[in-house]
Amino acid sequence: MNRSDVSSELQPILDEVTGRFEGRIESWLAPRLNEVYFHARMELVSGFCAHLFRKWGGRLVSVFADDARAGAGVFHLYYVMALDAAHGFFILRVPVPPETPEFLSLTDAMPAVNWQEREIQDLFGLKLLNHPNPRRCALHDDWPEVYPLRKDFDLRTVLPPFQGVRHKFRTVEGEGVFQVPVGPVHAGIIEPGHFLFSVAGEPVLYLQLRMFYVHKGTEKLFESIPIPHGVRLAESISGDSSFAHATAFCHAVERAAGVEPPPRARALRTVCLELERLYNHIADVGAICTDVAFVTANMHAMRLKERILRVNEQLTGNRLLRGMACVGGVRFDFNANQLHDLRQLVNELEREFKDLIQLTSSNSGLLDRLEGTGVLTPKVARDLGVVGIAGRASGFDHDLRRDFPHAFYDQVQFTVPVFTDGDVQCRFDVRRDEVIQSFAILRQTMEKLPAGPLAVPVGEVPPDRVALGYVEGWRGEIFHWIHTAPGNRLARCKVKDPSLQNWPALCEAILGNIIPDFPVVNKSFNLSYSGTDR
Amino acid sequence: MFETLSKSLKTGIVTTGYPDTPAEVSQHARGKPQVDWAGWKDARPAAAVCPTAAIELRDESGVRTATLDLGKCIYCGLCADADPAIRMTHERALAACSRQNLRQTARYRLNADGTQQQLLAAPAAPDATPESLETVGRQLRERIQAVLGRSLHIREVDAGSCNGCEVEIHGLNSPVYDIERFGIHFVASPRHADMLLVTGPVTRNMELALRKTYDATPDPRLVVAVGACGCSGGLFGRNYATCGTVDAVIPVDLYIPGCPPHPLVILEGLLRLLGQLKERR
Repeated sequence: MNRSDVSSELQPILDEVTGRFEGRIESWLAPRLNEVYFHARMELVSGFCAHLFRKWGGRLVSVFADDARAGAGVFHLYYVMALDAAHGFFILRVPVPPETPEFLSLTDAMPAVNWQEREIQDLFGLKLLNHPNPRRCALHDDWPEVYPLRKDFDLRTVLPPFQGVRHKFRTVEGEGVFQVPVGPVHAGIIEPGHFLFSVAGEPVLYLQLRMFYVHKGTEKLFESIPIPHGVRLAESISGDSSFAHATAFCHAVERAAGVEPPPRARALRTVCLELERLYNHIADVGAICTDVAFVTANMHAMRLKERILRVNEQLTGNRLLRGMACVGGVRFDFNANQLHDLRQLVNELEREFKDLIQLTSSNSGLLDRLEGTGVLTPKVARDLGVVGIAGRASGFDHDLRRDFPHAFYDQVQFTVPVFTDGDVQCRFDVRRDEVIQSFAILRQTMEKLPAGPLAVPVGEVPPDRVALGYVEGWRGEIFHWIHTAPGNRLARCKVKDPSLQNWPALCEAILGNIIPDFPVVNKSFNLSYSGTDR
Repeated sequence: MFETLSKSLKTGIVTTGYPDTPAEVSQHARGKPQVDWAGWKDARPAAAVCPTAAIELRDESGVRTATLDLGKCIYCGLCADADPAIRMTHERALAACSRQNLRQTARYRLNADGTQQQLLAAPAAPDATPESLETVGRQLRERIQAVLGRSLHIREVDAGSCNGCEVEIHGLNSPVYDIERFGIHFVASPRHADMLLVTGPVTRNMELALRKTYDATPDPRLVVAVGACGCSGGLFGRNYATCGTVDAVIPVDLYIPGCPPHPLVILEGLLRLLGQLKERR
């Protein structure tokens, strides 16, 4: 069955692709104007993705599996290609029969999907073929043979305490080469992960990561709770992106239900997304300064961040904007006094942030440490599919707010800062410029703030619908893909945080740098462990 | 250099007056839910919308035992939307030395349709229980001060948090809360620490690291579970990847509820535990 309602921008691409792969695409379906599903066999995957990449500039933004054995008798693999220029998504679905639970790796051609493919192998027990490094990723090495995201695995299964090896690190040998293991419990107040540096003298030769220390079964948990509770769970995927994740989740549910939040809700979502961006960006600007011993700047940044968190609480009742999101819109309105507070905040922040940037730019010691440190070249960034702040510091000219306008972003004017040197300074500059754009976005949103209801009622979402929700969080693009089940529940919720995509880039950016610069390089990426591990 | 100094001088002191002045409370903050226990007609709708089962009901031979667990609550306010007998206050939930002190339990006689007919037993006031924070705090204080004097060194351990609690713990080091003015200092190693501040439902992958960190902390040591996840498992509870709570893995001296807790709640809990609050007042 084909449905041909797609956006006018996607239509020519759809025509070309269906023509080119005629006979090999079994069917296609466009449940939404900018979201087209193609059904085919596994053999088509690499050709399909490569063609969209070469001819239409497509990016493979998410790869995941869904255990559809109960309904369709097979596992499904999904490959989500973002067509930024045409503002749409082409999603390829291929079956994996349970009797031969295997799938072909794309990692050799597209290193960007390395971790995602291995996560599918770990959590679904689908064996990867032709992967250059098919070791465990999401489960630590000596976990028992369990496949948590299969339907026959019970969420509440009690496993014995972990024992054994977490990861067999590659050996790095040579004269004067030694290893520096760090973590999972780190020196600062940060999340857990294990870094193994191989160094010769001070420069880092090689960095290996062992992540997933904070894997807490989040995606499995989504399958066990009603959709409204899922909004709260989404808020706890990565605390510093509470609102962005919750909104991406709501967006997916709304698209599945076929409803559109009212204009006022979309505007208030934009306000909250920008407040989240502001407090994190400003905190990061300060933290980068701290990591090169310019603590005074960080004290100012922390003071400004606290100011924003308090306004968050004034507006939404919670400092991290929790409780604000709901399916169909938002839960709380801003009254005239609150809007006045918000306006004052923007004015004050603008003044204070200018002072802060003045302090940093007049500090030559800071520039010395940031420039040329932790370089991620545009080529490596492109190969690894790096997104968000780190991507835009390395020539990646994409931002879902501009390319896939969600919330109120189609109603406001802003620019997307892009730099190409890919060093810590560029990642600092991306944040600096995005903060300034945020002020503009907030001002325009408040000026145009539409009147009207806060939410549309969304009843029970019909079962067996699929939908992709997306939000440009402060860190980068966030995707939530859902497959609905009877009783207003989910059969699957795939969460893609930008951190998962960007971690491997950190290993590249640190090469040749000295270990004492690692904190500032790491902070300039500031990736979420919880968002990665879920 | 001159610019840096000038900016600092112009900015002035930004540190909160707390605890010499009362804690600032926003009139828009969503704090503790307050239940009109005597007027509560039907607890079921509120229990159904609660994402963490912080409102737990047990019906047995015509009697309902209803428990509100502030250790599980994430202060979303959905129960108050669903139930006129519940109101979200601005008041923050405060730390407690036992999980029991974060729970309020009432019993009701039920009607045939499952609604509540009559309140049989109202929740006990938490302070009346013998294990109050001050009592335990006093005993601990004697033990600790004998060894440590007044300074306290804290090692923070994220054992599976979403990093929301870390955002607020970070805030304690900001000039606004400035925890170091109390001689409390975050340190890089458990070997330097007197206290572990633990967040998260303790993932299966962090269990061993948490035990090792605990073992590496010299005695006498204190453990504080921070946030709904650390206290009760919060939204995650116990599953294939989590142990459920901090106290399922190591003994806990203080529970700080919240999702995440406000920096002032963490500060208040720590100060009360150390007996510094009363001395200053």
